[in-house]
Amino acid sequence: MMGFLASFEALRHDKRAAIAAIAATVAMGIVLAVFPFIVGSALGNSWLRIVDFAMLYIMLALGLNIVVGFAGLLDMGYIAFYAVGAYLYALLASPHFGLHLPVWLIIPAGAVLAGIFGALLGAPTLRLRGDYLAIVTLGFGEIVRIFLNNLNAPVNITNGPQGISGIDPIHLGGITLAKPISVLGFTIPSLHAYYYLFLVLALGIVFVTIRLENSRIGRAWVAIREDEIAAKSCGINTRNIKLLAFTMGASFGGVAGGLFAGFQGFVSPESFNLMESVMVLCMVVLGGMGNIPGVILGGILLTVLPEVFRHGAGPVQMALFGKILLDPEALRMLLFGLALVVVMLYRPAGLWPSTTRRREFKGESTDVLKEGE
Amino acid sequence: MLEVTGLRVAYGGIQAVRGITFHVNQGEMVALIGANGAGKTSTLKALARLLNAAGGSVRYCGKEISRLEPHQLISEGIALVPEGRGVFPRMSIVENLLMGAYSRHDKDGIAADSAHVFSLFPRLKERSQQLAGTLSGGEQQMLAIGRALMSRPKLLLLDEPSMGLAPLMVQKIFEVIRTVADEGMTVLLVEQNAKLALEVSQRGYVMESGEITLTDEAAKLLANPKVREAYLGE
Repeated sequence: MMGFLASFEALRHDKRAAIAAIAATVAMGIVLAVFPFIVGSALGNSWLRIVDFAMLYIMLALGLNIVVGFAGLLDMGYIAFYAVGAYLYALLASPHFGLHLPVWLIIPAGAVLAGIFGALLGAPTLRLRGDYLAIVTLGFGEIVRIFLNNLNAPVNITNGPQGISGIDPIHLGGITLAKPISVLGFTIPSLHAYYYLFLVLALGIVFVTIRLENSRIGRAWVAIREDEIAAKSCGINTRNIKLLAFTMGASFGGVAGGLFAGFQGFVSPESFNLMESVMVLCMVVLGGMGNIPGVILGGILLTVLPEVFRHGAGPVQMALFGKILLDPEALRMLLFGLALVVVMLYRPAGLWPSTTRRREFKGESTDVLKEGE
Repeated sequence: MLEVTGLRVAYGGIQAVRGITFHVNQGEMVALIGANGAGKTSTLKALARLLNAAGGSVRYCGKEISRLEPHQLISEGIALVPEGRGVFPRMSIVENLLMGAYSRHDKDGIAADSAHVFSLFPRLKERSQQLAGTLSGGEQQMLAIGRALMSRPKLLLLDEPSMGLAPLMVQKIFEVIRTVADEGMTVLLVEQNAKLALEVSQRGYVMESGEITLTDEAAKLLANPKVREAYLGE
């Protein structure tokens, strides 16, 4: 994974390293292709599921990174867009309404609908920043969840707290990903197939994000983050550009949500609580706000680490003390919280910050101070 | 070029600018001076559309601009150097300058203009890859002016360029402002440092509690006993 991410960094920053980067990308492509088979056979299917989820979280983190990392708008209700995408899929491809629309229609529709919700959140909050914006977005996330919880009466739309089950698995061109697929006498199990689909879409989102970052729009986002008044006086239409950040970020969330619904086969409002929003925000901040490889790393680590703690805490205690002193489930969040605190103390710019932020946190100003005025 | 008539700005019920009328001619440098809280910055913010005026009209080249959005002013040829500099701290100097040219697409013109900015401020050229946030206050002010010039404006609005800077740096900045004006730029300068502002300008307006109380040629204002007493500390 790391080499793969490094190749992105190289592609962006050093053209002379392009050839090396291409070689690394090819090598990484092979690794990524065989990766599910290695994980599946070495660690079992439960870990492969976690890897699939990591892909979804990478998509979410990259979407939120547009809003928080690029445009500097603190969004605490991001999971609402994930919910919108997931419920749209659930409603349009399940026995709940008896609809079974194809995936290629639902996923884009989820992106569009989530984007509209993003604009709906963005429009009234254009004048807000920082903590004020955080409170409003937090409220928005909760409103969406509470709506999902209560839209079962008088007309049953979301089936309330019970959620919607029996959702159609993702199927592409008549092939369902829920069952093993045989290609040329070679069998791809379901979890592996989902892995490949998620990988392709995650890479697509990475590509779009990189292109956005280096575009006029990306620069305008950063300008707004840095100084909104100055951005206005540079001729940036801050209103539209901010709305665009909300919309783009939300639509990525919508895509991930649709995939989640198809993968899981079940959605309920519980999956979209505040903790999930906080988790995705942590991925962005911990990984390295505004830096795409960092955010990907954050997404992977924060999906995998809690599971490592969950699975590891029991056996380690058995080995050390001969009995289980602390419930692994409780210990998991304790260790996880501790890890967050340590990272933020020792790497305040994130695990893999952008070059700019690295420079900033190192305090490049020293040479200026020496010269003085 | 710029005609302001009966401009009023209010914050809630409090009137900060009480119906002022002034104008700036093409190619002229005009200073708007006054004490802290006189309403100078409010006036400029209203002109730059960062604030909504409570009344009055602002005509620029014959066109009413008091209902435009802030980002549209750049394409009209009006550039603002905001109070307190307002550079993009986590962008390099070059990136800051390029942001100033955000509304332009002529690559050659942008390159020529950034070369021009670097010739005005050689200090910026030496540090072109450095993050703007790590520059000294004076250098940030240079950068803010340079960035405004990158949009190739016809009218430059300067808000307190001397604020919080060492006297030597203020001198340097004003020299450059004078150079820019000599190249034909129309400048409206809002400044607390009345002496400096009047020395570089052709005409001046004195603002007091939201009203313009005095206007004259800059040299005459400098000689005016009232101005000398109130603003030049004599």
